[in-house]
Amino acid sequence: MNVLVLPIALPLFTAAVLLLAPSRPLLQRWISFAGACALAIAAVLVFVRVERDGILVLQLGGWPAPFGITLVADVLSAMLVVATAVVGLAVASSAFSGVDPRREGFGYHGLIHVLLMGVSGAFLTGDLFNLYVWFEVMLVASFVLMALHRTRAQLEAAFKYVALNLIASSLFLTTLGLLYGGTGALNMAELATILPACENTAYETILAMLFLTAFGIKAAMFPLFFWLPASYHTPPAAVGAVFAGLLTKVGVYSMIRVFTLLFPGDPAMLYTLLLAQAGCTMIVGLVGALAQRDFRRILSFNLVGHLGYTTVGVALGTSAAMAGSIFYILHHIAAITNLYLISGVFLRLRHTTSLTELGSIFRERPLVAILAAIPVFSLAGVPPLSGFIGKLALVRGAFGAGAWWTGGIILAVSLLTLLSMARLWSESFWKTAPHGDKSRLPGVILLPIAFLSAITVAMTVAAGPLYQLAMKTSDQLLNPALYIDAVLKGGPQP
Amino acid sequence: MELILAIASGVLFGTGFYLMLRRRLAQLIIGLGLLSNGANLLIFTAGGLTRARAPVIAEDASLLVRPFADPVPQALVLTAIVIGFGVLAFSLVLAHGIHTMAGTDDIDEIRSGGG
Amino acid sequence: MTTTTSLILRTGARVLMPLLLLFGVFLLLRGHNAPGGGFAGGLVVAAAYILHFFAFGLDAARRALLTRPERLIGSGLLLAVGSGILPALFGRPFLTSLWFDPARGIGTPMLFDLGVFLVVIGVVLIMTFTLAEE
Repeated sequence: MNVLVLPIALPLFTAAVLLLAPSRPLLQRWISFAGACALAIAAVLVFVRVERDGILVLQLGGWPAPFGITLVADVLSAMLVVATAVVGLAVASSAFSGVDPRREGFGYHGLIHVLLMGVSGAFLTGDLFNLYVWFEVMLVASFVLMALHRTRAQLEAAFKYVALNLIASSLFLTTLGLLYGGTGALNMAELATILPACENTAYETILAMLFLTAFGIKAAMFPLFFWLPASYHTPPAAVGAVFAGLLTKVGVYSMIRVFTLLFPGDPAMLYTLLLAQAGCTMIVGLVGALAQRDFRRILSFNLVGHLGYTTVGVALGTSAAMAGSIFYILHHIAAITNLYLISGVFLRLRHTTSLTELGSIFRERPLVAILAAIPVFSLAGVPPLSGFIGKLALVRGAFGAGAWWTGGIILAVSLLTLLSMARLWSESFWKTAPHGDKSRLPGVILLPIAFLSAITVAMTVAAGPLYQLAMKTSDQLLNPALYIDAVLKGGPQP
Repeated sequence: MELILAIASGVLFGTGFYLMLRRRLAQLIIGLGLLSNGANLLIFTAGGLTRARAPVIAEDASLLVRPFADPVPQALVLTAIVIGFGVLAFSLVLAHGIHTMAGTDDIDEIRSGGG
Repeated sequence: MTTTTSLILRTGARVLMPLLLLFGVFLLLRGHNAPGGGFAGGLVVAAAYILHFFAFGLDAARRALLTRPERLIGSGLLLAVGSGILPALFGRPFLTSLWFDPARGIGTPMLFDLGVFLVVIGVVLIMTFTLAEE
């Protein structure tokens, strides 16, 4: 049995079972949870195999690369698949505290698993057109999850999300057309042997810019990020959590993968632009966050800002900076997913996430506050939590690469993040609330939050080995020959 | 032939983007449709045009004889058309929902209607 | 949707429905080596039900389908995954084609196509029915 196909096949199987099973809420939730557990086991299995045997390759249907579709897992893919499974577990278990009945009747659980399949597929595929297909799988699932609302603001937000993402998809498709027309290849490993040797710099630059735009929209980079804060604050907490944790990361992952393989260090303009974009994203995101007065809007802008951190590594292209970014991606997935889930606690207690209505949590519900403090202060970069370590690694990487400006921006933005998170903390947990709670809080709602907080703590405790892993990943990324050889010459077979 | 198709694809992109800059949802959706068709036509053209030479090995031969039409772009376009069809149908359902709720399909009015 | 549809449409739909269903299945089976296949066949079958819905209303169309479209999607996905897993159980890569009778095209690709057929019917009908309900 080949392990590599499991992170894609298992969620699909779960989704199919969920569609066929009777639509009793409790049954559906348990099936969904069991599916998420299976996905987590499969993801860990893939990771262990990659750690032991190196890059894993699976030629689907037995067609050798570059003729068929290849699934590839290097350390980066394997780590991100594990992160996907962790988010999947958290979101599936959050359903036990209640889901909007209309949503649940409309196949909410199945859609979550289709989304997880799309994300794992995007992380594992070694073929660019296949990446497009996984993008679309992911998007269609997220569209339906987003659009299952009936308030005006939610529908309006859903439409913005749909329209902007469709433009990005069309651009990506166009790029693929030009790419295939010019090189006759879509397999990333084969392209990595063709494109860097290509003499036609104009063609290369056009492709690079198109990729930058298409992935830039997906990853919500400046100046293409406006759809994210306009839409991410409207869906229910669990949906927002899985979107914030995973969807934009797929855009970032695609940038890292495509740029390191297809355009290693060249054209230089691509990396200059990307660095400038990363800087602007950080500044604009955090300045935007400071202007907001709503818990989830603040999170959305913080998400945008921190996506800048995750792209600094690939923009600078040095091993240390890349490792910092990768560490930051992992930390950020756990922290931001958790914070969106925490917004669900507020929605449950106060029926709003507006900061003016929040407060008193620390005195009345110390357990919630303590669990929430971990992701809040981790995101803020308070030592010794994982966010601080990620930022430290990034700053060292930036200064090490001689990018003084970028390092300065990272430091300044860290300060802004601290400010924004401190305000968030004092407004929503510390101050005295104007009104009391409107509803009771089911204890189960804390389960996924505690789980993700524990993961953040674990990342802090195991920061040393994790950073080593990130270093190993970035060395692998900066040496594309390993990837190319594994795919085209047949590395260790799963 | 390439030139004509290239111009056609350019026109589709241009009109698509123009329509997407309008404020009406209906126009936005038509724009999206044109845009995805422009992209499909571009893949088809960029993949090379070969007329009436199917990439099928003749019964008495064991190898494909050049020139033959490249099947990959056609497979890509087919996939993209299917995906585009699904996504477009979904956005129609969404726009219909917005229209019945807000009573208008002007983006600014939907917004000022509050929510 | 009430009974205001014309007699011509209703009579036409009654005659066309079985023909369309049969044609859809024909396209599915023919798709192995000739134009056709699960996607086209599924669209034709979905069109048959949409015609039924135009002529006799939403409830009649739902009844004629005999099951919920969600079920169709679910079983279609299961068939498609199963056709991929099957070769993996025999130690071949995921989605490798296994043939029972290659000349007639009976094998796992047929199973996959059947899955696509069911998913397409389900998805198109879900969207149409949702639009019709609003």
